[in-house]
Amino acid sequence: MTTTSVKPQERSKAAPAASAAGSKVYRPYSNWFFLPSAIIYSVLFLVPTFASLYFSLTRWSLFDSKFVGLDNFKLFFQEPALVKGFTNTLIYAVVTSGSKVVLGLLLAVLLTSQIVARGYLRSVVFFPVLVSTIGVGLTFTVLMNPERGLINGALSVVGISGPGWLTDPKWALLSVAAVDVWKGVGLATLIYIAGIVSIPREYIEAARVDGASSWETFRRVVLPLSRPATVTVIILSLIGGLRSFDLIWAMTQGGPGFTSDVIASVIYKQYQAGFYGLSTAGNVVLFITVTAIVLPLSWFLNRKEVDM
Amino acid sequence: MRFRPGASGLALLAVSSLVLTACSAGSLGSSSDSSGGSVQITYLIGNQDQDLKNAQQLVKDFTAKNAGISIKIETRPAGTEGDNIVKTRLSTGDMPEVFNYNTGSLFQAIAPQKNLVSLSDQPYVGNLDDNFKNTVTADNQVYGVPVGGFMGGAVLYNIPIYKRLGLTPPKTWAEFMANSAKIKAAGIPPVIQTYGETWTAQLFVLGDFHNVAATEPDFADKYTKNQAKYATSPAALKGFEHTEAVHDAGYENKDFASAKLPDGLKMLATGKGAQYPILSGVVANMIATYPDAGKNVGLFALPGDDASKNGLTVWTPGANYIPKTATGAKLDAAKKFLAFIASPDGCKSQTTAGAPTGPYAVKGCALPADVPQAIKDMQPYLDKPGASSLALEFVSPVKGPSLSQITVEVGSGIRKAKDGAVRYDEDVKKQAQQLGLAGW
Repeated sequence: MTTTSVKPQERSKAAPAASAAGSKVYRPYSNWFFLPSAIIYSVLFLVPTFASLYFSLTRWSLFDSKFVGLDNFKLFFQEPALVKGFTNTLIYAVVTSGSKVVLGLLLAVLLTSQIVARGYLRSVVFFPVLVSTIGVGLTFTVLMNPERGLINGALSVVGISGPGWLTDPKWALLSVAAVDVWKGVGLATLIYIAGIVSIPREYIEAARVDGASSWETFRRVVLPLSRPATVTVIILSLIGGLRSFDLIWAMTQGGPGFTSDVIASVIYKQYQAGFYGLSTAGNVVLFITVTAIVLPLSWFLNRKEVDM
Repeated sequence: MRFRPGASGLALLAVSSLVLTACSAGSLGSSSDSSGGSVQITYLIGNQDQDLKNAQQLVKDFTAKNAGISIKIETRPAGTEGDNIVKTRLSTGDMPEVFNYNTGSLFQAIAPQKNLVSLSDQPYVGNLDDNFKNTVTADNQVYGVPVGGFMGGAVLYNIPIYKRLGLTPPKTWAEFMANSAKIKAAGIPPVIQTYGETWTAQLFVLGDFHNVAATEPDFADKYTKNQAKYATSPAALKGFEHTEAVHDAGYENKDFASAKLPDGLKMLATGKGAQYPILSGVVANMIATYPDAGKNVGLFALPGDDASKNGLTVWTPGANYIPKTATGAKLDAAKKFLAFIASPDGCKSQTTAGAPTGPYAVKGCALPADVPQAIKDMQPYLDKPGASSLALEFVSPVKGPSLSQITVEVGSGIRKAKDGAVRYDEDVKKQAQQLGLAGW
C-alpha cells in the first residue's frame, strides 16, 4: 500500500515543475485519477495510524475516553509480562529466522541438485506454508500432548520419555518456534531456490574447471551469490518472528502462565481484558520496536549487497 | 480532459458503494425479520453445551405459549473472547434483542446505564432473590433476570473413594491435606487440576473468599477502595498458598498441566481422581456424560483455617439483558420473554433442560426431588446463616484479567504464592483504573 501511494505523490510533486517547463508529457494521469486510492489509503491507513497515536494517550472504553497523557506508556513498561514478552519475542524471532536461513539454504541446495522426484519434493516442502496457521497450531498441540501425543508416544518406543513440549516452561516457546520453522521453511526454501537457480552456470563451471570441490563451490560461489535471497529471507522471517502471534496463541496462549508470552500476545490479552488505551500504547511501542530493528538491519544488509 | 468528471464520478461511485455494502448487511437483516404478522427476536448466548440446551428449552416452552413471537438463538464464545463480542456489539448498536451475560463486575463493565433497558418497572422484580438483584443493579435500576441457578465454588469429591478410605469431608485446610495424604497413599491422585483450561486453576483463590470474608469482613470494601491487597492480607493470601501447597506436596494428577475440564470431570466421575476444586455449574455436564456421578460425586466448601467459620462461596447465575437498541414490538416481545424466564414456569423449563447447578434465584422456584448429590450438598451451607458468601467479583467491581494465568504459574511451581499475589494486585490495578474507581 505504501509504495503504490508514494509513487503518485512523487509524480504529482514533479508535475508542477514539468508544467513550468512548458511540457505536459510527464503527467499521464489527472489528479482525479489518484483520488480513489488516496481515499482508501487515508481512511484505512493514515487516519487509524494517527487516531491510534492519540488513543494511546487516553484511557478509553468502547463507550468513552479520557485523556491520561503518557500514563499508558508508563503502565505498559511496568507490565511484569513485558520484559518476559520482549525477551521471548527476540528469542523467538532470532531462533525462527536463523533456523529458516540455515534449513532453507540446505533444502534449496538439495532441491536444486539432480535428485529423484525433485518437483514433488519441492512441493512437499512448500506445502505447510499453504496450510492455515491455526490448523497447524491445533494439530501440533494434539501431537505434542505430553501424555497422549504422538510425539512422546513415538519417543517412548525408543525409550526416551519426552518432556511436556507445551506445558513445560523450559520447552514451550522453543516448541512453538520449531513448529513455526516447520511451517515457514518452505517459503525460505523457495526464495533460496530462486536465488540459486539465477546464479549463472558459468560461474560454477568455471569453479569446477579451477578444481574447486563441491564444498568450495558452495562456499565461494553459491553462498555469496545468493546473498540477496538471504537478505530477503532474514528480513521476512525476522519481521514475521517479531510480530508472531497466531501460532503462539493457537498452541499455548502464552502459557503455561506467562512463560511463552510474546509482545503481541501481551497486547492481545490487554485488549481482551478491555484495557484498550494500554494496548493501543503497546501497539505503538511494538511498531517503534519493529521499525527500530528492521530499518537499520535492512539498510545494513542491502549496503553489503551493493559493496559486493 | 473530458473524462475527468466521469472518472471522478466513477471513483465516488466505487467508494460510496463500498460504504453502502458495509451498511446494508445489517439493515437488510432486520427489515426482513419484521415482515409478516409475527415478531422475531434474537437471543444471544454463550456456546457452552449446557447453555445452549437450556436456551433451546426456554425458547421452546416460551414460544409454545406465545404464538406470535419466534426466537432465533445465536451463540458466542465464552470467556474473554465473549466479553469482547458483547462489548463490541453493544457499542456498535448491533446487539440482539435479548442477550445472556455475566452478573457482578463484568456486568458493571458494559456500562448498563448507557446500554441496557431498565427492568425495575417489571412486576416480577420483587420475586428475584436479593443477592442476585444486587449483582444486576446499577444506579438503583435492575437490568437483568437470572438464567440458571446459583453456583458454588467448592470441592467436588468422589464419594466411593472417601467411603472406602473412611474419610469425612474436611472443614479445615489441615484436614484437607491429611485426607489428601491418605488418598495419595492409596494410589489415587488426591487433587485434580486441569490447567489446559486456565480458568479452572482459580478455584483455590476465588472459592476461598467465604473464608476471607469470615476472617476479614470488610475485605471487599477495602479492596475496592485500594486499601486491602491480596499480598498483604494474610487471609486472602491463603488461596494462593493453598494452590502452591497442593503442587508442592505432589497431590496433583500427573497430567495437570495439559488436562482440560472434561478430563478432570472424567477422572472425578470414574474414581481416577478424588477431589476437584471447581464451580458446581459443571455438574450438569458431568452427569450428562456419566450418569452415575449424580450420586457418586459430592461437594464440600473450600476449607479454611477455622472449622466453625467454614462456608461456601457462591456465584450468582448469569442474566439475560435487553439492549437499548431494542424498540417497539421487539422490545415488548423481549420483555415478555424475560418475564417468562423469571417465573416458576421458566425454572421448570430449565429443570427439564438439565440438572440445575444450584438453587434458583427466583422466588417460588423449587428444585426437583432428584437433584444430584453435589447440588444437595450445597443446601446446608445456604440454609445456615453466615455459612455462605457471594464471591468477591459480585461484591467488588475489581477483578483482574490475569488471575487464571497467575494461578496456573503458582500451581505449576513456576512462581511462589506470595509473588503470585503481588502480581495479581498489580493486575487488578489496571482494571480499577479502567473503570475509573476512586482511590486508584
